[in-house]
Amino acid sequence: MCHCKCNENSDLSALDGVLKEYAGVKGSLITILQKAQDIYGYLPTDVMYHIAEAIGTTPAEVIGVATFYTQFRLKPVGKYLIMLCQGTACHVNGSERIETAICEHLGIKDGETTSDGLFTLKNVACLGCCSLSPVMMINGETYGSLTPDSAIGVLENLRKESNA
Amino acid sequence: MRIIVGEGSCGIAAGAHKVYESLEAAGITPQITGCVGMCFLEPIVDIYSDGGELMRRLVKVKPDDAATIAEAEKTGDLSLLDSITISDEDAAFLSKQTRIALRNCGVIDPTDINAYTANGGYIALRKVLGMTPEEVIEEIKISGLAGRGGAGFPTWFKWNAARQSVSDTKYLICNADEGDPGAFMDRAVIESDPHNLIEGMLIGAYSIGASEAVVYVRAEYPLAIVRLQEAIAQAEKAGYLGKNILGSDFSCKMRIKAGAGAFVCGEETALIESLEGKRGMPRLKPPFPAQRGYNDEPSNINNVETFANVAWIINNGGKAFAAMGTENSKGTKVFALTGKIRRGGLVEVPMGMTIKDIIYDIGGGIRGGRECKAVQLGGPSGGCIPSDKFDTLIDYKELAATGAIMGSGGMVVMDDTTCMVGMAKFFLDFTAKESCGKCVHCRIGTKRLLEILDRITKGNGLQGDIDLLTELCEAVKDGALCGLGQTAPNPVLSTIRYFRDEYEAHINEKRCPTGECADLVTYSIDADKCRGCTLCAKKCPVNAISGSVKTPHVIDSEKCIKCGQCAAVCRFDAVIKR
Repeated sequence: MCHCKCNENSDLSALDGVLKEYAGVKGSLITILQKAQDIYGYLPTDVMYHIAEAIGTTPAEVIGVATFYTQFRLKPVGKYLIMLCQGTACHVNGSERIETAICEHLGIKDGETTSDGLFTLKNVACLGCCSLSPVMMINGETYGSLTPDSAIGVLENLRKESNA
Repeated sequence: MRIIVGEGSCGIAAGAHKVYESLEAAGITPQITGCVGMCFLEPIVDIYSDGGELMRRLVKVKPDDAATIAEAEKTGDLSLLDSITISDEDAAFLSKQTRIALRNCGVIDPTDINAYTANGGYIALRKVLGMTPEEVIEEIKISGLAGRGGAGFPTWFKWNAARQSVSDTKYLICNADEGDPGAFMDRAVIESDPHNLIEGMLIGAYSIGASEAVVYVRAEYPLAIVRLQEAIAQAEKAGYLGKNILGSDFSCKMRIKAGAGAFVCGEETALIESLEGKRGMPRLKPPFPAQRGYNDEPSNINNVETFANVAWIINNGGKAFAAMGTENSKGTKVFALTGKIRRGGLVEVPMGMTIKDIIYDIGGGIRGGRECKAVQLGGPSGGCIPSDKFDTLIDYKELAATGAIMGSGGMVVMDDTTCMVGMAKFFLDFTAKESCGKCVHCRIGTKRLLEILDRITKGNGLQGDIDLLTELCEAVKDGALCGLGQTAPNPVLSTIRYFRDEYEAHINEKRCPTGECADLVTYSIDADKCRGCTLCAKKCPVNAISGSVKTPHVIDSEKCIKCGQCAAVCRFDAVIKR
């Protein structure tokens, strides 16, 4: 039973296997949160309360860890998660122009999702593909040597694919 | 003939796996290898003779080339491949390097333990099991190996401290949380030669008396995690990991812990907190991890590149390693050469080489024929070195004297279009976001530094801002708890030191000399060059450009939002940016 005041209604039983596997394993909170995010796509508040209760800690502790690390998301993401690299090499090669173009085109800012639920934009520190800079990664696929136009071209192709 | 495709993360990002699939479709059975470091030529396909000799290196290969490669394999006529073979000039990229940590990268199949053992793998481990731990530590001491993660602390000293700590349980931890934006050598080692890391870690574990080893890997490196998992399983099966390794009394198990994205976790005590499932906030030292670290037990932490040197040192002797380099810095160092460089990638050079040699002889100089301005070494913890100091040697002390640091090895090359105030702001934006918040100097100091830099780049800089920045930088350096905060001011201090004139232009003249700071730029059209093609007027998002066809256009600076699209589309170079 969830004690939080949120209106979420996640299927908590999906997490049973994970909680069983790590029951009593000290220091496994981050791993549990990673697996929970794999299951739900993000970390719903009721799930975090549920984890706290299951491993015998406070919701503050769980939410404190979840908000500390950039990997964890507290909101659902769009079908396509655009990870736009803002590492040093990409910065030197103009990643800011790419960000401006994407933001203008989609009408969202860093961390936001388009109203149709298709795209989420997230700036990331470094994808480690510096020779291809500026770079973005969308659902595991890397797109390099971007220009504002080519970046928008990629997004439009994905939109078409999604509509097809 | 053996056809080998380079499948590291950046190779795959450049399309290497699509090449692999098309080669398969063309009837070839390709093998894979990791990253040879020539990122600028990816995807790369190597052709070896059956005797193991590299006959051809094919570069920028496209899936469409598969048929030609298949034809060349069938007929043995390699001249068919001339057009995609690496040029002599590009091949020089490798010839000036000395590869120890990267010795197997791009050479062997990282997914096959037999490829590693066939290349001399796990011989060092066998040798070490016949030595006392003290003898091993002595050999590392002779080698002069120092931590390659950034701090440059002598490896033997840390090992010895952990060895001296008395406890039934000790941990050996590998820091693979490569967070410096612009450095990726640790990922390359794990992806391309995971057994080298495992062997180095086992030797470390034996030396300090640890029975458990953990690799803390950045979560953004999924392929590295997969390859390392496979390698650990293979090593266990082959008896190199687990109980009574190779029939000795030494037992050690190894596991991977995926990080969750926090730059501060590169700091060793923050990494330990994170391993324990908590927020990665650094601890006060002492106690040092060698006394009380992970789970309150003695722990030793080194980074990936450090471990990647260990097996070579045992095989070749500490003296051979110490023979390379300078008085203060021994062996080699891997750099991720990126930015405005012609040949970007991973390079491993002996200590004592000059920065100029790396940028020009290996990297081929600056891309686009522009002038080189500076390199940034050590990422957000480091500083820049201006081009008139490129004779500086790769040496911990020499680099520190310039205000930069060796760091983990990010080397970002900048040309005359990069604004140095903007660069400092970029790094402070990063450290302010990544500051864990535990100590006041870092949490608030980086924030205030960022605010001052931000107003300078927006044309609102105040008289006295440079002095204020300097004073605040010193306070943050002195007051911060861990390395993140103590080094965060470095990019500001070093850009003020070498490019003070740029700061002054921003503050006094409200001008950005490079034109990179959008708020300080004005756009106008050169009436002599403008042909009236109307392209800029069509592209302008705010209709700030007027003029009729075939007559010079004009930009209304009141309306202009300085997006720069007019300059980008103009084919006659008529848009002036000042």
